[in-house]
Amino acid sequence: MSFINYASREINCKIVYYGPGLCGKTTNLQFVYQKTAPEAKGKMISLATETERTLFFDFLPLALGEIRGFKTRFHLYTVPGQVFYDASRKLILKGVDGVVFVADSQEERMDANIESVENLRINLTEQGYDLDKIPYVVQYNKRDLPNLVSVEELRRELNPTGVPDFEACATTGEGVFETLKAIAKQILFDLKKGR
Amino acid sequence: MANPQLVMYDEEFKQINAVIEKLLREANAKVIFLVDKNGQLITGCGETERFDTTSLASLTAGNIAATGGLAKLIGEKEFSILFHEGEKDNLHISIVAGRVILVVLFDSRSSLGLVRLRVKKSSEELATIFGRLLQKSEEKEKSGESEFPFAEITDDDIDNLFS
Repeated sequence: MSFINYASREINCKIVYYGPGLCGKTTNLQFVYQKTAPEAKGKMISLATETERTLFFDFLPLALGEIRGFKTRFHLYTVPGQVFYDASRKLILKGVDGVVFVADSQEERMDANIESVENLRINLTEQGYDLDKIPYVVQYNKRDLPNLVSVEELRRELNPTGVPDFEACATTGEGVFETLKAIAKQILFDLKKGR
Repeated sequence: MANPQLVMYDEEFKQINAVIEKLLREANAKVIFLVDKNGQLITGCGETERFDTTSLASLTAGNIAATGGLAKLIGEKEFSILFHEGEKDNLHISIVAGRVILVVLFDSRSSLGLVRLRVKKSSEELATIFGRLLQKSEEKEKSGESEFPFAEITDDDIDNLFS
């Protein structure tokens, strides 16, 4: 849930990047970090294993600018994607304002994608959220690799409700900022509607 | 159910700062932070410029979340107090009013016993203030009174953020 501080004139929101293991959640954040101006970002924290698999979370704070005199800050988090880290994923989802689901476009990862979306829905429900009601976008990552599932099929399986979706290649950065802007806008529009 | 949105008003912000400034003096601490359980920094006092406060807030919340998970596994509701001992500096982390984390950093000029004693008293004062904040938010929402800054924003306002 966003934090509104009238005293310091700040609004802080939380975005969580979700998806199966090795789909590109951390890579998304790393690209955002590299390309964001120093004054607009804080330090990126990565709690990872020695083999650079996310263990608990990655965290990147971004300052997007001011709206109506209020500084707008977004905190980006990724969850660990490997199946057995489910307990940690539940914790990172607490207080979420918007979710980006990062799908791995490779054929052999289709089952993992589907399992991860279902896992997302269940974990959100446990926290009292409804995936169909919160700001949510989908990213089809790794569009540069061979053995791809078509976007139409990915959409059918992973985005049946038709939320905004984006093709991406997080290693080169294609689609990364488009995805981030879309989820940030959704969150801000939601905040506007909600009051 | 998800926690209701945390809203901070001027008056309560000043009261909270007064409480933690008093705690800083009475506990002989170096720095004190108040962090929302979702990882947002609420306020701090003392030698705060020494630290990356955004990272500290996020990691503290992660720490509390992880140990909270552990607590539930062993049948406890949560671990309301955590203490991390360092070579020079120590961290005392406690949960206040069920949703705010109080972080006290102290060194050999203080002691765990003194910090625990002072934190207990300050926690009661902070809990009262946060209770009032919640009540205030709920009353404003019920009365339909909206000072909400985003009520009047336009699509262009949002688009301009990204240009």
